[in-house]
Amino acid sequence: MTADASSNGRSPGGPASGAATTPAPHAPPAAHATPPARALPGGGETRRHTLVAIVLDKPGVLNRVSSLMRARNFNIDSLAVSHTDQPDTSRMTITLHGDDVAVEQAAKQLYRLIDVLKVQDVTSDPVVAQELALVKVRATDANRAEILKLVELSKGRVVDLAGESVIVEVTGPESEVDAFVALVRTYGIKELVRTGSVVMSRGSSSIEEAVKR
Amino acid sequence: MTMTKGQASAPPSPAGSERRSHIPGDGTAHAAAVERARRAMLDDARPRHRTRIGADVVCEALLLQGVDVFFSYPGGVILPLYDVLGDYPQLRHILVRHEQGGAHAADGYARVTGEVGVCMGTSGPGATNLVTGIGTALLDSVPMVAITGNVPSALIGKDAFQEIDINGITLPMTKHNYLVRDANDLPRVLAEAFHIARSGRPGPVHVDITKDALQQETTAPHPTHDEVVAGLPGFRPNMEANGRQLKLAAAEIAKAQRPVILAGHGVLHARAWDELVALAEKAQIPVAHTLLGIGAIDETHPLSYGFMGMHGWKHVNRAIQSADLLLAIGMRFDDRVTGNVRTYAPYARIVHVDIDPAEIGKNVAVEVPIVGDAKRVLAALLPMVDQVDPATRADYLAELADWRKDSEGSSWHGSGAWRDGLLSADYVIERIGELTNHAATYVADVGQNQMWLARYAGFRRPNTHVSSGGLGTMGYSVPAAMGAALGAPERETWAITGDGGFQMTFQELMTLVADRIPVKIALLDNKKLGMIRQWQEIIYGGNYHSAHLPGPDFAKLADAFGIPAFRARTPDDVDPAIVAAQAVDGPALVWFEIAEEQNVFPMMPAGKGLSDLIEKWEGADE
Repeated sequence: MTADASSNGRSPGGPASGAATTPAPHAPPAAHATPPARALPGGGETRRHTLVAIVLDKPGVLNRVSSLMRARNFNIDSLAVSHTDQPDTSRMTITLHGDDVAVEQAAKQLYRLIDVLKVQDVTSDPVVAQELALVKVRATDANRAEILKLVELSKGRVVDLAGESVIVEVTGPESEVDAFVALVRTYGIKELVRTGSVVMSRGSSSIEEAVKR
Repeated sequence: MTMTKGQASAPPSPAGSERRSHIPGDGTAHAAAVERARRAMLDDARPRHRTRIGADVVCEALLLQGVDVFFSYPGGVILPLYDVLGDYPQLRHILVRHEQGGAHAADGYARVTGEVGVCMGTSGPGATNLVTGIGTALLDSVPMVAITGNVPSALIGKDAFQEIDINGITLPMTKHNYLVRDANDLPRVLAEAFHIARSGRPGPVHVDITKDALQQETTAPHPTHDEVVAGLPGFRPNMEANGRQLKLAAAEIAKAQRPVILAGHGVLHARAWDELVALAEKAQIPVAHTLLGIGAIDETHPLSYGFMGMHGWKHVNRAIQSADLLLAIGMRFDDRVTGNVRTYAPYARIVHVDIDPAEIGKNVAVEVPIVGDAKRVLAALLPMVDQVDPATRADYLAELADWRKDSEGSSWHGSGAWRDGLLSADYVIERIGELTNHAATYVADVGQNQMWLARYAGFRRPNTHVSSGGLGTMGYSVPAAMGAALGAPERETWAITGDGGFQMTFQELMTLVADRIPVKIALLDNKKLGMIRQWQEIIYGGNYHSAHLPGPDFAKLADAFGIPAFRARTPDDVDPAIVAAQAVDGPALVWFEIAEEQNVFPMMPAGKGLSDLIEKWEGADE
């Protein structure tokens, strides 16, 4: 449908067909016997988003955030919480799946929490994103040397050596951690723990400084 | 310590002959504190000294916030508060008969006054009984502070008597909540609670206070308003609209040929009714309202177009479906308003004004979002909008007038006695509206009665319609009317309820009597769960499971409470019964035995759109 200057292009009258004849305002235009369906909010491409939230370091704040995400039907992939350099605030790194509109809605809902000071979707920003994993890998006398070599090549670090296993610490972007875990899976993983991603924007901008106090 | 599920712990090694203590961690300071708290739960020795304690702080805070009445029910851990209440005669305490009634009363009070309503209860069941009322306030954005006692702090987490994690329960259903274990925190927390409840988008705040904090001596001062604001860095409601967005909105209004204003509860919260009418008149835009937006505009105003949505007027929904611009103010495109969003207002661009940014783009995509307080947004928008000559809208407004005539004529409105001379509910509501000069407070319950009230009472003034719109809480009417009557004593208060909702909370009749609260109750008794029956008839093929609801002799019931009751079974009985109830100095009940199978029409079946209204139902077989 083409818009003209006098109407917004979606008026039920449609563009006037002639200067003299003004169609009854309520008559649906012939071209639209079935009106166009209204677009629902969102519906865009689903991808993984990363939200960084600066929150007041108060009892229950983690519960508030996780309860809200559950109640509003947002599915958290990972959530990492730690102190910031300010004594009374904490920082949360939340990764979740959704389209842009759904994630914006999640951020807005987070803002409604009284203890939340700042929320930023850094998905499209240049960031440093790192994760740490500890992997307890099954090791035998026959393959221990092979595993250790692999760890060295993967820039991992052996933090514990035992008779039948080694614990490897690996740090890096999530994809690198994924790759390492896949690599050692062939030897057998006895135990795995990952911190989830923590991210920080590149450059001199600071979310902590952006929090108005 | 490693704990493994599913394995019994090893039996204790045989102890020596000496007596073992059964107190976990005996000898530690924590164990001693738990033991002291346990004794305090058992032995409630009244403190004879009167230094200032936490309970005093609560009363002082209520007075500082301008609270003149609150609704509460005592219990073990909140007794320290009741112990000092006698020292604060300025605070009117209404002893309700159930905490849910107290919460609804605080809610009703808040809706007619625009002030914060206050309710209280004890720990455990007292607190959980408040929950339905808190949820009702949340869904309708009603400012409320709910205060509960909790077990002594040393016993928290020990499953003590009447202990429940009420903070965990109210967390997702309040704007914010607190657990206070130290009386020195009470002045700050209570000031914050009231500030949060009433500022920005209003809502309920829950403050849970341990018994020892209520008893603890304190000299902590009450904070100033500035100190409260400074202490809440994460709470900064956006009141003022963005100028650029306002310009976009003005441009939308200028080019619209078929604009409709959708007025919601936010107009009432912001007290923006004058600005709303000024904008409507200047730009010649008809105003439709949501259920909770009733009263935002006088229904007799030429530009007032009526109630929208699932049981709204057909002409109103038709206007929305043909609109080229919806100017939505303080409403949230709830499913009862839009029906199927895909078919909602297919030609309309949308300007959405709301104080809560999270409401914008939540249910419908909008072209012009404006975050701000409705009053300030409308005041700022007014000078930017061109004066529209009514003549330029003459065709549009005339067409709407035709639709209105058509829809009002085809509905059963004004039919008086319904089929076979039975009493019809719309007639009863219309007469209540007339005989009260449309100047009373009308408090709905939930279901058919709620819709009849919304459609037929004829509302003229803001904050005279009280209804549980969001949560749809049956049993709301009588207790909410109790609070509404105390909040607006200068006008009559009518509770409009069905027999189902009435049977949920009629224990508050005794509160009405004991505290001399002159609520008039219009009981629309169809001996049915009417809306359930209607849905079963139309959607579930007439499978009337549990729709029939036997009730008691309501006149005898009222009499047992000492409340005069008047009975109306025919249209001729209606006026005399209403007038007789009005003449009673105190509460009165009018028992309207209405037609048992009257439906509310039109009706939009769930999942359908605003253009799919069912206007009458002759039965599937007929």
